[in-house]
Amino acid sequence: MGATLTATPRTPALDVHEGLAKLATYPFAILTFVDEAGYPVSIALEAEVDPAAGSASFAPPAGLAVPAGVDVSLSGSHIRPQPGYGYDERRHVTVWGRATVSADGSRVAFRASRAWGWDEAEVPFFEYSERSLGQSKKYFDALSVERGTPVKPKLSFGWLALRTTRLPFLSATIVPVVLGIAIAARQGSFDLLTALLTVVGAAFVQLGLNVANDVFDSTLGADDANVTPTQFSGGSRVIQYGLVSFRQMAGLATTFYVLAGVIGLALLGLRGSTALLVIGVAGFIVSIGYTAPPLKFVYRGLGEIAVAVGFGPLMLLGGYVVQTRGALSWEPFVASLPVALLVMLILYVNEIPDRRGDARVGKRTLPVRLSKPTVIAGYRGSVIAAYAIVVGGVVAGFLPIPTLLALLTIPLALRVSRGLEPNYDNPYGLMAVMGVNVKVHLYAGLLLLAGYAVVLVLGALAPSVSLFVGR
Amino acid sequence: MSTLPTAVEELLDAALVGELTVVDATGRPVTYPLIPLYDGEKIYLTSSTLFSRKLEHIKGNAKVALSITDPIAVGGRPDRATIQGDARVIEEDPHGGWERLLPIWEKKEPSIVSFLKARVALPLFFERSLIEITPRRALYWADGEAATAPVVSDAGKAAA
Repeated sequence: MGATLTATPRTPALDVHEGLAKLATYPFAILTFVDEAGYPVSIALEAEVDPAAGSASFAPPAGLAVPAGVDVSLSGSHIRPQPGYGYDERRHVTVWGRATVSADGSRVAFRASRAWGWDEAEVPFFEYSERSLGQSKKYFDALSVERGTPVKPKLSFGWLALRTTRLPFLSATIVPVVLGIAIAARQGSFDLLTALLTVVGAAFVQLGLNVANDVFDSTLGADDANVTPTQFSGGSRVIQYGLVSFRQMAGLATTFYVLAGVIGLALLGLRGSTALLVIGVAGFIVSIGYTAPPLKFVYRGLGEIAVAVGFGPLMLLGGYVVQTRGALSWEPFVASLPVALLVMLILYVNEIPDRRGDARVGKRTLPVRLSKPTVIAGYRGSVIAAYAIVVGGVVAGFLPIPTLLALLTIPLALRVSRGLEPNYDNPYGLMAVMGVNVKVHLYAGLLLLAGYAVVLVLGALAPSVSLFVGR
Repeated sequence: MSTLPTAVEELLDAALVGELTVVDATGRPVTYPLIPLYDGEKIYLTSSTLFSRKLEHIKGNAKVALSITDPIAVGGRPDRATIQGDARVIEEDPHGGWERLLPIWEKKEPSIVSFLKARVALPLFFERSLIEITPRRALYWADGEAATAPVVSDAGKAAA
């Protein structure tokens, strides 16, 4: 893991010609050399730069002797002040070489030998930071040796817990489970204690999945290879940042799965059914097998299907059968399909910025395997299918009419669809699109729930009124 | 107590960015743009552990220079300066030790406070060490032109 980090180049390689070409774009150059007392000295001056020849020249600075036979440098540095904010448009370049003063002392010739620089327009700051993780690790390792005790980066417990477990993504579990419970309640089956236990147990399954995903992606190198993570993609990165150890993460994942297992057994004891057992075992296999060997669904191009099945039918039917004591029907299954498609699309879009790093470690996600037009067409086809299933489910009488409220999220889905094309190769531009995409799933799920709430309320007030087509 | 000429102090107070030059193990100068923070006596810069190579160089050779050369970064002033000094790395608490300089930093980069509130998004950026420079000598170009010899002030003697 560490070897991958330190091997990641921090900035694109720059040869002397490219370095000088960049230097020529700055309004002045900063000549720097080490003086006789051993201190660096820097002077801003006008330089004539010849990138093709790999050289530059300038008038000797008054009162200061430019040394010969040692490395001196010419640098350029740029910012754009932003009053009230700070500054942006950061870039700098340094070209090292040897200086020779002409015989008459009127000119200094500079022959370049090496260049280095960073331009945030070429390597965005967040990517530059990710590419520099190896340096941070080296720093803390050296400090630990110096002090004789481990020194690690820190975060407050609350932020660390949030980051480590990726808690905000729990909506992916809560929405389908509560929807399954609501459908059962509409059909006359509801038990508060087991409903709460189901939600908590399912949440532990997802937390276990989230943490295990980081453990196995770190083991297999996927998170280390990804230098463009965002708040929606690339894992929690707490292992990469040195905030939590690999062993701690493995222990945490195990703890979450054990807690989920205990609650699952309790539910079996309280509301036992073969259907619940099958769903529980299948859910565990999908969850752990998502990244864990030997299944590694996500590495085999099956991650999207695994997530759709796990966070769609399995979660929703799991919530449903606990309440019905194992009885199954078409209604929860049909309701789970749009939820499954929309949650699958969260993963699918989040995989777009990760695709280069994923490809490097053989993680064959759909955005790795498919072309850009196909991926975008895949999004559009899937989201259309999700809404079509809601409409079809209502027309066929499987879903109550108020679930059509979910169609109110179509404008959000259109925003995602329109945002994919221009931001496909810009991970940080895609962040806003990914954020909207998460809302599509969350809001559509909540509106499906709202639809069932309407049915439940109306059922209590006017039992004779049916909100199903054909009933 | 200040050991630097007033004009150089003004440049330090105004500069959004200066250029810190350190000397690497081969004797080569390496230059990094950084925000200079001046408390009236010493110059401070902060370095994220992500970009901590400069700290390794300083630990190997304490002799550094900070130049202020960009008129755009000092509100259009034409004058320029280079301050030579001895640097030390302060790293007792990379997590929060540097925050004592936040008030001076915020004056130059107001957005840093809101970034810090969201440190969960980029935690390693806010794991930082301090570079403290004790000025020894200042070179000052009133007109900013290299064709003019700099006025040299020996800050080290005043500090002694």
